[in-house]
Amino acid sequence: MYNKKTIIPGLIIFVLFVTFPVWFNGLDAGPVPKPEMPQGGQKECVLPADEMRASHMQLLNEWRDDVLRDGGRDVVTVAGKEYRKGLQMACMECHTSQEKFCDTCHIYASVKPYCWDCHITPEAATKKKETR
Amino acid sequence: MDNQRRKFLKIAGASALAGIGAPTLVKLTAGDALAAAKAPADGHGAAAKDHGPEVPAGIRLAMVIDMRVIAAKPHLLDKAITACNEVHNIPDFGGDRKNEIKWLWKASFEAVLTDKSYTRLSKMVQNTDFPVLCNHCENPPCVRACPTKATFKLEKNGIVAMDYHRCIGCRFCMAACPYGARSFNWQDPRPFVKKYNNDFPTRMRGVVEKCNFCSERLALGQEPACVEACEGAITFGDINDPHSEISKVLDKEFTIQRKPTLGTNPSVFYIV
Ligand code: SF4
Ligand code: SF4
Ligand code: SF4
Repeated sequence: MYNKKTIIPGLIIFVLFVTFPVWFNGLDAGPVPKPEMPQGGQKECVLPADEMRASHMQLLNEWRDDVLRDGGRDVVTVAGKEYRKGLQMACMECHTSQEKFCDTCHIYASVKPYCWDCHITPEAATKKKETR
Repeated sequence: MDNQRRKFLKIAGASALAGIGAPTLVKLTAGDALAAAKAPADGHGAAAKDHGPEVPAGIRLAMVIDMRVIAAKPHLLDKAITACNEVHNIPDFGGDRKNEIKWLWKASFEAVLTDKSYTRLSKMVQNTDFPVLCNHCENPPCVRACPTKATFKLEKNGIVAMDYHRCIGCRFCMAACPYGARSFNWQDPRPFVKKYNNDFPTRMRGVVEKCNFCSERLALGQEPACVEACEGAITFGDINDPHSEISKVLDKEFTIQRKPTLGTNPSVFYIV
């Protein structure tokens, strides 16, 4: 191989540089987020927790299309409890805090969903009441 | 050399002309066949239908606004506007015309029914504000203009609906709507919403919005908020059902629609 002396150290530097975030944090992904459980003591959700963790975004998209496009505004009944389809109308009735529930994982995973640009959190609703 | 170049240019020119010309030729010859195949689905077919008895299909929700009632009790209209604004978290920019968001608003006869003659208007018409909202057109130009399908017609009930998640704020629909029924959010509307209705979202900066015929209330078996607030000045229902209350009103009274010549076929009717 030509120029072995420059290529090999160059490659090593490159690999080290690219993996910087991994080894700089000591091969640790940081503390696992701990979203707050519903304060009302609810134990059931519309799906088992691991499914919600993995695919709540798909479920929300399905609900959105049902409600807006297919006129399917019927309620979802799980374990005898009725949920209206919607982030604001179902999810945040139990998980009342965006900061303590939604944001914990979203910040950890570095995703920035724009749900709350339009959907009102219970916190935002209370704040509005206080200022008036 | 020079000679060769001339030849090349000639051939290039001829092929370019042929290239441009060919589709036109195809169009000219195929035109009749295509028109024949398409006719029942669009333009001419629909026009022909207008002359024969129309066969209504499915549900078509509509509204009849009785201006005689509103002229007698103008406060009903203010009540209806407030009701709509409160239910749908509509911001109040306090008279700032540029930012204004309107789902249901007031306008004069001349502004609403632009194609009616108004050499001599009755006192009632001169002195009364007309309620205006999205007409939920049977043939909505806004839907055709929307490049993202953020605005669409619900075939189930005829409502022209919006999915704000998809709206990219291009405002083609606003240019297409001949009734000015759509408003654009130039800025974040939230600080200007007085009180939140917790069961309805707000909108965000950069999307268009309009009246949704209260789809969310209909789903709960309630009347639209403006209809409820108006105490009988507005009748709401399915005009394709001959036995509905609204059909009876339409059978009895002479009604007018906004800009009927445009062919949008509005679902909002006025009794003046
Ligand atoms: S009134 Fe305007 S916004 Fe409403 S359906 Fe007709 S064209 Fe669309
Ligand atoms: S502004 Fe939104 S609704 Fe209107 S045409 Fe563009 S994408 Fe469609
Ligand atoms: S039908 Fe509903 S959304 Fe439309 S103007 Fe009336 S109250 Fe507002």
